[in-house]
Amino acid sequence: MPQNEHIELHRKRHGRRLDYHERRRKKEGREAHERSRKAKKMIGLKAKLYHKQRHAEKIQMKKTIKMHEKRNTKEKNEEKTPKGAIPAYLLDREGQSRAKVLSNMIKQKRKEKAGKWEVPVPKVRAQGETEVLKVIRTGKRKKKAWKRMVTKVCFVGDGFTRKPPKYERFIRPMGLRFKKAHVTHPELKATFCLPILGVKKNPSSPLYTTLGVITKGTVIEVNVSELGLVTQGGKVIWGKYAQVTNNPENDGCINAVLLV
Amino acid sequence: MAAIMSPSEDAERLLIQFRDEAGEPLGSPFDVPIGITADKLQLVCNALLQKDEPVPLAFYVHDAEIVTSLEKTLAGLALETEKVLDIIYQPQAVFRVRAVTRCTSSLEGHTEAVISVAFSPTGKYLASGSGDTTVRFWDLSTETPQFTAKGHRHWVLSIAWSPDGKKLASGCKNSQIFLWDPATGNQISRVLTGHSKWITWLCWEPLHLNPECRYLASASKDGSIRIWDTLMGRCDKILTGHTQSVTCVKWGGDGLLYSSSQDRTIKVWRSQDGVLCRTLQGHAHWVNTMALSTDYVLRTGAFEPAEASINPQDVSGSLAELKDKAQQRYDQVRGQGPERLVSGSDDFTLFLWRPAEDKKPLERMTGHQALINQVLFSPDTRIIASASFDKSIKLWDGRTGKYLTSLRGHVSAVYQIAWSADSRLLVSGSSDSTLKVWDAKTKKLAIDLPGHADEVFATDWSPDGQRVASGGKDKCLRIWRR
Repeated sequence: MPQNEHIELHRKRHGRRLDYHERRRKKEGREAHERSRKAKKMIGLKAKLYHKQRHAEKIQMKKTIKMHEKRNTKEKNEEKTPKGAIPAYLLDREGQSRAKVLSNMIKQKRKEKAGKWEVPVPKVRAQGETEVLKVIRTGKRKKKAWKRMVTKVCFVGDGFTRKPPKYERFIRPMGLRFKKAHVTHPELKATFCLPILGVKKNPSSPLYTTLGVITKGTVIEVNVSELGLVTQGGKVIWGKYAQVTNNPENDGCINAVLLV
Repeated sequence: MAAIMSPSEDAERLLIQFRDEAGEPLGSPFDVPIGITADKLQLVCNALLQKDEPVPLAFYVHDAEIVTSLEKTLAGLALETEKVLDIIYQPQAVFRVRAVTRCTSSLEGHTEAVISVAFSPTGKYLASGSGDTTVRFWDLSTETPQFTAKGHRHWVLSIAWSPDGKKLASGCKNSQIFLWDPATGNQISRVLTGHSKWITWLCWEPLHLNPECRYLASASKDGSIRIWDTLMGRCDKILTGHTQSVTCVKWGGDGLLYSSSQDRTIKVWRSQDGVLCRTLQGHAHWVNTMALSTDYVLRTGAFEPAEASINPQDVSGSLAELKDKAQQRYDQVRGQGPERLVSGSDDFTLFLWRPAEDKKPLERMTGHQALINQVLFSPDTRIIASASFDKSIKLWDGRTGKYLTSLRGHVSAVYQIAWSADSRLLVSGSSDSTLKVWDAKTKKLAIDLPGHADEVFATDWSPDGQRVASGGKDKCLRIWRR
């Protein structure tokens, strides 16, 4: 995995090989043959695993093909009209049962009193220091134990430069630094890969917020200019908060849900 | 006269000046004893008006109605007896609608909930649209089913009578519009298709603008308004501009079309060419409903409720005569100023606008505690009634938007309301399965009408004042009479 964008930079500056597209096209054309050759030759446990995976893939492919076929043919519409007819003024509303309304009001008042913000992941297990920070021993005799290394995924800004190694207390390894998050819009049910702008709040400790540690339940700010949201006044919204919903250090990616 | 007055009243006399609602003085100021009653004031005023028949009048002093005598009304207000007192007189409707008290019949026939109910402009026919995709016509003299109009393939969401009572338009959830002939129950012309989502509202062009009743406006969830030519059976104009569902469209009497939408705006269009004139902004949530001050007179067209007979008849006359009559009635109700528009929204407030003149609202009417489902001007445009999901109906002054009173009594959301033709009574249907008749003068509950088994979705009062029809979730249509 490249640590930086030198490959992309080179591509931008000098372009690709002259026969790159040709070679790519031919390689892709060979792919089916290569695959089948490998599949025939594989033996043992490797083969079992591979065939299992391939079988699952094929099932998915068949499903999508069927769906496409259905779309092209016109089916006779079912004549049954749904039950539960409601007038036009009730159509866009969800019917609330009367009993629930009162209890909802009470719950709302309780929530307001507690002063909690509505977030999708309200309660998170607090991460202790021993979990998040690992002690690094330094010194000639490895006796000094004042350095700490962050064991969770973190975000450092664009213009981040390490402090001189002799003086830096918190080490944030490059392998655990992430720039993008997979953010799901709760109403549209679509997921986008959006660049992170910053860490707003880590529920475990304000220290982690300043360090930029991202764990489950952290509120991060993401760049949503891709979504094209506009305010009432006509201004383009380009930053929104999202809350992390998985454990990024276990999964290798940051999944978050947008707070609308 | 001197013998009737007691000596103590001799000293107390007041200078009064009659003024009409617009502020124009009637006659010159003159002396009256302070103990003068409302009846005597009526005699005097009628004499000054010099009309053929005496018209019932209501008198207001500084917004307080003179119910018994002038003295009692003035007792509460601190006024100088030196200055001339302005008394505003308001002509009331000559005819009187009696309150409905009993359910005369429960008409079954629909196999699903009844979603919309409407009387024809003369009160001769009754039509109801339902979730079983049919529109049914009912015979009012025998209170039995007359025709069943089949054709829709999904719930019939809205129905609208043409102002001459010869056609009924119905819109369904599959975005189709059908036209029916009430005399035979058959479909007229073609199915009008074009919208991509369901139809939320239908509104015909007023009679005085076009006596043939040719054009129909439809509002849909897809955010567009289409004007259809019912003679040719095709779409004439498409008015786009709203970004979300259009909840209501009204065809004003001055050639303007008003449309309210879930995108929190109300747009004013010119009906001639479909050009957007104005966008009225101000609401903070969906605009659910709108009402024009001239709504009732546009609905009834050339039919005059005062001339109604026991057996409702169609309005007769040539097209030119009908147009003239409708124009006369319209001018009378409209008065001097432009049409007023009141809009109710999910943000619990109402706005009063003069859409033909100004972009800014006249008044913001707050007070409701839940979303407002329907607003209606009284037929004489003096009172605005708003029905809300907070179980109350609020009455507001029709000209200024000032709050008058709250009518409480329902135990759950009030869905629809309807005024009687003389503006004295109001009927409301609610999700608690009852209807209530309220007296607008005393501002109290007149009669409670229980009987439905489930929520009442639609209510209507016939323009001749004889019947109230209501339909709801229990699939039956009830007719109430005196």
